[in-house]
Order: sequence, then C-alpha cells, then structure tokens
Amino acid sequence: MSRNLIIGIALTAIFLVLAAVSFLWTPYDIEALDIPNKLQGPGGANLLGTDHFGRDILSMIMMGARTSIAVALVAVGIGMAIGIPLGLLAAARRGSLLDELIMRGNDLVFAFPSLVIAILITAVFGASAVNAIIAIGIFNIPVFARLTRGAALPLWERDFILAARVCGKSAARISVEHILPNITNLMIVQGTIQFSLGILAEAALSYIGLGAQPPTASWGRMLADAQTLVSIAPHTALVPGFAILLMVLGLNLLGDGLRDWLDPRIRVARV
Amino acid sequence: MIRYALGRLTSLIISLFVASLVIFAVIEVIPGDPAAFMLGVNARPDTIAALRAEMGLDQSVVTRYFDWVTGLLRGDFGQSWTYKTPVADLIADRIWVSLPLAIYALILSTLIAFPAGIYAASRRGGPGDITIMGATQLGVAIPNFWFAMILVLIFAINLRWFSAGGFPGWGDPLQAIKALTLPAIALALPQAAILARVMRSSLLDMLGEDFIRTARAKGLTRRQALWRHAVRNALIPVLTIIGLQFSFLLAGGIIIEQVFFLPGLGRLIFQSISARDLIVVESVVMLLVFTVIVVNFAVDLAYAAVDPRLRART
Repeated sequence: MSRNLIIGIALTAIFLVLAAVSFLWTPYDIEALDIPNKLQGPGGANLLGTDHFGRDILSMIMMGARTSIAVALVAVGIGMAIGIPLGLLAAARRGSLLDELIMRGNDLVFAFPSLVIAILITAVFGASAVNAIIAIGIFNIPVFARLTRGAALPLWERDFILAARVCGKSAARISVEHILPNITNLMIVQGTIQFSLGILAEAALSYIGLGAQPPTASWGRMLADAQTLVSIAPHTALVPGFAILLMVLGLNLLGDGLRDWLDPRIRVARV
Repeated sequence: MIRYALGRLTSLIISLFVASLVIFAVIEVIPGDPAAFMLGVNARPDTIAALRAEMGLDQSVVTRYFDWVTGLLRGDFGQSWTYKTPVADLIADRIWVSLPLAIYALILSTLIAFPAGIYAASRRGGPGDITIMGATQLGVAIPNFWFAMILVLIFAINLRWFSAGGFPGWGDPLQAIKALTLPAIALALPQAAILARVMRSSLLDMLGEDFIRTARAKGLTRRQALWRHAVRNALIPVLTIIGLQFSFLLAGGIIIEQVFFLPGLGRLIFQSISARDLIVVESVVMLLVFTVIVVNFAVDLAYAAVDPRLRART
C-alpha cells in the first residue's frame, strides 16, 4: 500500500468515526444555546471553541460530518444507480440511436452545473438537504454513464465477450455478468472522487443557503455564519474549513491510492 | 470541416431547445400556478389576477413557451415582478461584474497552471515535481469560498491591501480590477490546480511518444524537444479543460460573489429566489446554461480546427 492510500484511509476514517460517534454522543448538545459562553477560542472547556451562539464547535463538526457524508453518499448512489446502467446500455447498443440519445442527454446534463440545478430546484421547492442531494445526484449521472460506456466499449471487442455471445448469452446478461465485474474497480475509484466532489458541493450549497437548513448542522452553514465574525473569531471560520479540506483531501488520496493499488492501468476523469 | 461544424451546430441547437424546455417546465409548469407561487399564501386574489395577466398565464402552455423563447431570441427577457424593470436591463448591469470576473480568473488559472504543469513534467519525480503535485492536491481539496474568506482575513482585514468586498464600478478601471482581484484568485486557484495536473500528465504522455525520441535522435536537447514538440501537442486536452472550466468559473462565480458582496449575476439570482421572482431566475439560469453550451461548442470547433484527426473521428 502506498503512503497516499494510508493517509487517505486515515483521514477518511477519522471523519467516518466522528460522524458515527455523533449518533451516540457529542461533547455538548448543539441545540442548547449558551450565549454568555459565545466565541470562546479553542483549547478551553470547548476543545475547538464556541460559535456566536455559544455552541460547541467540535460537536457541530461531528454533526456536520453526518450531513456531509449522508448527502454526498446518497448523491453518488443516485449517480451510480442511474449512470452505470445507462452506460452499460449505451455500450451494448453502441452506434445505435439509443446510444446517441443517451450520450447527447449526458452532454445536456453537463450543461447544468450542480449549482444551476440546485438553483432551479430551490427556486420552486425551497432549500433543503434533500434538494441538495438531488442536485448533486443528477450531476453525477452523466459522469458515471460516460465512464461506464467508455470502459465497456473496448471490453465488447475482447475474446471472452465473443465467447459469451457464442454461448448464446443476451447483451443484457453479458453486461451484468462479464462487463460489470471488469469495470468495478474503475467505478470504486471514480465513486471516491465523486464522493469528495459531493462533499465540496454540499458545503458550497449550504454556504449559500441552498442546502441543509438550520437546525441541521452543516459545515457550509457554519462557514456562512462565520463570515461576519472572521475578524474577531477566526477559529469559527478556520475549523469548519479545515474539516472540509481534510475530508476532501483524504478522499482524493484514498481515490488515487485505490487506483494505484487496484489497477495501475485505470485512469480517472477529474474535472 | 464544414460538415463537422454543421453537425455540431445541429446538436447545439437541439441542446439549447431541450435545455429551454427543461427550464421552462421546472419554473412555469411544475409550481402549478406560478403567479400564486410568486406572491405567496397571503396574496389578495386581485393581485394574483393582475400578475397572471402580466405573465400571460391565461394562455396555453405552448403559446407561453413560444412567447418566452421568441422573446429571448429578440433579447426580451421579460419584466421582473419585484424590480419592475426589464430583466434584460438587470442582467446587463450585472454581467459586467460576473463576466470580467470569470475571464480574470481564467487568465490567472492559465498563467499559474501552465508553468507549474510544464515545470513538474520536465522535472518528473524531482523535488520540484513533488512539491507542485502536493500543492495541487491541496488546491483541489480547498473549497473556493472558504479560500476566499481566508484571503479576506489576510489581505483585507490584516494587511489592508484590498477592500473586503463591494465593487466601485468601471468608472475607474484600476479600482474595478483591484476589487475583482481577490475574488478572481479565490476562483482561479482550485481550477489552476486541476489544470496543472492535466498539463503535467498530458505532457508526460507526449514525452513518451516516438516523435519526441525522433526529435532527440535528431540532436535536439531535452528542453528543445519539450518546447518545440511536446508542449504544442500536449495543449489539445488542456484546451478542452480550459473550455469546461470557463463554465465552472461563471457558475462558481455566483458563490464567490456572495463572499465579496459583488453585485453580479449571483446576487441577482439569490435576491430573486428569496423574492420568488421566478421570471428573473428563469432568464438568468437560461443565460448561464446558454453560455455553457455555446462555450463547449466553440471549444469543439476550436480544436477540430487545431487537430484534423478529431474531425474524422465523428
């Protein structure tokens, strides 16, 4: 295992554990306001200090990790659940009208960055974590569809697929039984990268108020609250920012490390 | 080339048509009665009726869609309900913040990424390469709006070199560019990190090619082969990424405008969302999507012109 992979696993594990522990225990209750104790610096009774309502920042980071991970994970799930079958279908029917339709549809979705999708959804349905999931999820679909198709096309030319076709297996069965297992590693690696992009997107959406709404804790929301306080209490902005940075860095290193470890040949699209 | 261009143009028109259908459906059909939605639950029936008449809601959906699209083509984006002015005027005021910001950031990102990527590739495995690659790992992981806040903390609040936000207008171009500098850096840095990585790996691919070996065998030094042959060929994938990045910069600018209180399209969109002014949201979103689709079209054409191999492939 490379050093990247080890650091990636460690960083990712820290946040997963923080999020998991928050279900059972947090140092303080984040819904209890303690105004006299507001804007305390790190290191005192509150390890990472308190915010403008006197809430414990470590506890909010733990709860926020839950929101980030949940949103990003479900969004990647949506992208995979719809994108991979579409990509397999396009590859199985390569060159057909259906293939063309799927690929052009992908191009179209790419023209709607997740922020624009979020704006459209929010304008009509209002802001919520669920709408953030949908916005990020929709944007993930073409990523997986394109990658799946691209990886599946050369496989269809291989001899073991020809053998399966001679055996009389349908295109659908070949896709599921032979193509899919051969692209799983690639999907795991890309899934990790999309997961990290999802964390960033969730933070951005909740920062501008299009994501999770109070009282749900979220890192982006914490940064939005910290914006006017940054000169008097820099830790309110630094702590959530570093949380996002370290989680995303961890996932990226994990993705790179997994790619090298699983299969050095595969290349991942990262835009 | 002409056949290729016509093919891309057809798909451009279809994309724009479908995109406009989607936006129209989400904004004007899904809410049921957009007029009642915009005015909220406490609106008086006669106010709703007035807005319904103004938006032309008594007509059929198909007529409304065609009115909207033909209006857009004529540059008529409709009338804002909250500002009581034409949406085109609102956009025209604000595009002079958002567009220069995106272009400024694109220039910065390219200026940082090209030397960094080329240097890293030419010193592969060396300390310079490792440092630059480490920096790009951090660059892609930093949320740009947080990076913007850090820049404000250091350069506006502590050092007082820049103002923390706001925009003085283009009356004094130097002041205007100064006001856009921190936002442009915040937008550009994460994109530069991605671009430098693409530049490096594309260049490394090229350095492994036979024509580089030929150039070296011909007596060119490593550096000459790199600059004369490898860099030019490596630019093709890099151009694609720059094209894609422009749309990310334009959309990403919406968030950065919030950090710096810049009166751009982002502010317009968020004010319109909270005021439920769907007419403005609809037109600004269409404008953003239009820009993304057209820029991608231009990039496709640009590198078909640069690289004849790509024309044959479709």
